[in-house]
Amino acid sequence: MTRPAPLPPAARAIVRGDARALARAISAVENGDSSADPILRAIYPRTGKVPVVGLAGPLGVGKSSLVSALVGYLRGQGRSVGVVAVDPSSPFSGGSVLGDRIRLERAPGDERVFFRSMASRGAVGGVAAATREAARLLDAAGFDVVLVETVGSGQVDLAIRQIASTRVVVLVPHLGDEVQTLKAGLFEIADVFCVNKSDLPGAEIAQRDLAELVALGAGHDGWRPPIVATSTVTPSGIDRLWAAVEAHQRFLDSSGVRRTAERLRLKEEIVGRVRDELAAELADRLDRDPELRELLDRVVARTLDPRSAAERLLRSLRGP
Amino acid sequence: MARVARSRETLAAKRRTTPIRVLIAKPGLDGHDRGAKVVARALRDAGMEVIYAGLRQTPEEIVRAAVEEDVDLVGLSILSGAHMALFPKVLRLLKKESHPSIQVFAGGIIPDEDARRLKRMGVRAIFGPGASLEEIVRTAEKLARPSA
Ligand SMILES: Nc1nc2c(ncn2[C@@H]2O[C@H](COP(=O)(O)OP(=O)(O)OP(=O)(O)O)[C@@H](O)[C@H]2O)c(=O)[nH]1
Ligand SMILES: [Mg+2]
Repeated sequence: MTRPAPLPPAARAIVRGDARALARAISAVENGDSSADPILRAIYPRTGKVPVVGLAGPLGVGKSSLVSALVGYLRGQGRSVGVVAVDPSSPFSGGSVLGDRIRLERAPGDERVFFRSMASRGAVGGVAAATREAARLLDAAGFDVVLVETVGSGQVDLAIRQIASTRVVVLVPHLGDEVQTLKAGLFEIADVFCVNKSDLPGAEIAQRDLAELVALGAGHDGWRPPIVATSTVTPSGIDRLWAAVEAHQRFLDSSGVRRTAERLRLKEEIVGRVRDELAAELADRLDRDPELRELLDRVVARTLDPRSAAERLLRSLRGP
Repeated sequence: MARVARSRETLAAKRRTTPIRVLIAKPGLDGHDRGAKVVARALRDAGMEVIYAGLRQTPEEIVRAAVEEDVDLVGLSILSGAHMALFPKVLRLLKKESHPSIQVFAGGIIPDEDARRLKRMGVRAIFGPGASLEEIVRTAEKLARPSA
């Protein structure tokens, strides 16, 4: 047995359960501050052991209400919960109003819940990276379950694919853009479908329609996503929702899919990082490096085509 | 040349974006959060990340939220007249959590005499119902980034 390397002080504080140290590390990650690097490096070996459960779905379907209900349910079982909730930033000012916290209910003084709101801050790849690292920090801090809420459809939600091991897609009865949502790619990533607001009329029909769609080919790796009806108002179905999540977690282990899926996510993470860094650097060099500027000039003057220019760049990157 | 400089700046700026984070909370039992929401939106439009904590928060909940969200500022809004019971407690708890850097400002209906006392206790700014949004935004910016 090798002894783990000693942790830097900030990482030690996080592992010890210091909420402030955890909160600051998440800020550093969000801000792209290099002070996060040694912390992330140090905690990484301690992560990957708790379920990271993503809740995604259109605006206002009740994701935050479900998060709060799940927090209550899990706390009732004595489990601690870390939450990251992502809301979009305003494309105009870059600011945001993060309101997911409003729904959170917890017992006074309960420190075994940690809730962090995050703004998407523009770049989709950026949200995915910051959210993933925030989830890892919560994992390292010792929370038994990590919940991640993402809003909207399309790319931000797809970020959840890269982060969560169980993805819950939340829908409601009579949602006009339900089909749109599913088209936007959520259908493929769902491990569990949740029809929330089942206290409203139409819930049974929505469930039946969804069941037909699922039968047509949702799911992956031999898993057929269950459909769970919930209401956070009555409330009902929260226990069944969590049971469905746990069933999926058990499936991941018994089928061996956990390992292959994790491997794929980590591969995407590494490739994504390299791609983002290289792209930023190349874009910068195309403006600054005289030789590369000339290459771009020729493409602009139409004496060279973009594809050939890209190939030349690639060749120069690969070296002689 | 100008273009080169601009592109370098954008790259650097991208790495440097650290918006001001503000927690807006409404302690006390009154259920009116129109004013708080209007302020939240104004701060957002000024580029800040505003965590809206909602109604009827206890001082303990507010401070826990401020810690978890790692905010620069806490804005408290109150109409019920319970400010002298609630604000000092928030200040005390923030100090106890050793958060000297988190600044507190307040808005609502607060008599002058109380306002003076609260300021002595450490509330950095107090806005009455007549305060303009520009004034609130400007003050918030100054409190969060005193050197800027
Ligand atoms: N009838 C009914 N209303 C619900 C239920 N769950 C949530 N709501 C209501 O739906 C609205 C949105 O709830 P949220 O939990 O904020 O939904 P959300 O998906 O997190 O919203 P965003 O984060 O803004 O996308 C609120 O008014 C809730 O009270 C439910 O089970 N039944
Ligand atoms: Mg929400």
